[in-house]
Amino acid sequence: MLNALQHLGSILWLLVDTAREMMDRLRRGKLPFRLSQFFDQTDRTGVGSVPLVAMVSFFFGLTMALLTGYQLRMFGQENLVPGLVAVGFSRELGPLLSGIMIAARVGASYTAELGTMTVSEEVEAIEGMGIGPRRLLVAPRLIAVTLLTPCLVVVSNISALVGTALVCKAQFNVSGLGFVQLVLESLVFRDIVSGVVKSLVFGMLVGLIACYKGLTVKGGAAGVGASTTQSVVQAIVAVLGFDTMINIVIVALFET
Amino acid sequence: MSKVVVEISNVKLSLGGKEILRDINLSVEEGERLVVLGQSGCGKSTLLRLILGILRPTSGSVKFQGHEVPKMGRRKLNLLRQRMGMVYQYSALISSLNVRDNLALALEELTPTPADEIDKMVKEKLSLVGMDGTEEKMPAELSGGMKKRVSLARALMMKPELLLYDEPNAGLDPVISSVIDDLMISTAEQTGTTSIIVTHELESAFKVATRIAMLNEGEIIAHGTPEEFRNHSDSRVSNFVKGQASSPSQSTQFPQTQ
Repeated sequence: MLNALQHLGSILWLLVDTAREMMDRLRRGKLPFRLSQFFDQTDRTGVGSVPLVAMVSFFFGLTMALLTGYQLRMFGQENLVPGLVAVGFSRELGPLLSGIMIAARVGASYTAELGTMTVSEEVEAIEGMGIGPRRLLVAPRLIAVTLLTPCLVVVSNISALVGTALVCKAQFNVSGLGFVQLVLESLVFRDIVSGVVKSLVFGMLVGLIACYKGLTVKGGAAGVGASTTQSVVQAIVAVLGFDTMINIVIVALFET
Repeated sequence: MSKVVVEISNVKLSLGGKEILRDINLSVEEGERLVVLGQSGCGKSTLLRLILGILRPTSGSVKFQGHEVPKMGRRKLNLLRQRMGMVYQYSALISSLNVRDNLALALEELTPTPADEIDKMVKEKLSLVGMDGTEEKMPAELSGGMKKRVSLARALMMKPELLLYDEPNAGLDPVISSVIDDLMISTAEQTGTTSIIVTHELESAFKVATRIAMLNEGEIIAHGTPEEFRNHSDSRVSNFVKGQASSPSQSTQFPQTQ
């Protein structure tokens, strides 16, 4: 327990330290990191994750529509399927699935990359030159993953709806136009906002845990492997935990 | 009297409950090439990290150009680090950057130097270490000796007053090792930089040093000129210089990793 609290404190401290190094740089009228580095990270984190997120969400939406559709058809309510998937994905499944996939794909790569840099003394060399390693290494990754997770959630939601639309058309005679209408009728602004807020938090959590684990690697190649596994596991647990917490807050505030 | 560049007084360092360094007293004067000798795991590299401010001592004082390194805030410490350069045991070149960008990193990040000026300096420093024309190469394309030379060129980019070398000959064949030794001497002579070299390679130590200090189990047990070292009365020093184990147990024990 004490160990877990220590890690939590260190992760928060990493966030504070990174922000401080960035502010220090901004105060002197300079960009905190190279834009090319940031765009490289956005490409790897965002564009690189699109196929995985889209494919998994498409199949998830398809399966969800099939399973719920057959149950609802018994009561003649198959028209509820588009709204059910749309609300379910925009509020819950889109951010959650994206968070888990980003933890596995992006988080693992951040930890392995920074971990290798740590064990080969590259991080220490940067620090030894008088350059803040957090603003140079952590900041572009953290900002990229935080900003791009909501974009990936949009991709996830759209892909799931495409899968659902195909099932609705093929199995439940819901036309394309009718599908769009049913989705728009069911979705409210709050569903979309809560999904975006969740995904921002998930992105930041994954980025922070992955970078922290990478920068604290000890013990060579075996250490990098162990830290990468820990990073993925802890990030997924953190995403699920924070999802529950945010849901409790939303339910308490809005009662729906 | 020469100016003291580094002054270490009564330094003790414990990490994870283990005493790494105890009562270290050492001063390095301007233009000196001090070699710190000692077995693997005796705390030599740790000493360099104390000077660079990567580690803080449990007690005692570490001064660079009169500034108390462990007591400095992050911003001031970063400014002070720009006046030092370090060559790492495994070179520590940034693997995702090519040679040019590795050398240019500190200048681009910390100074308003224009790009063409940086390019000129990169060429100049690469030429100094005999690595002309390698600007576009990635670290993975270089041999161990080439990496060491690029690492030295990188350390020289900010025109440091102090150069720290952590096992500069580790893993190199005798020919390349000798090239690195010559580079350390010529660099110090051409730039007037003070150097602290941590090594356990005796041949290299005697060739490069203007003064030698020997670290044993976290303590400095001797220091003097290379000539004084060759004829030292302390058996631990003379045994090390002759390549003999000091005690029967030592000959059967593996040295602890640093």
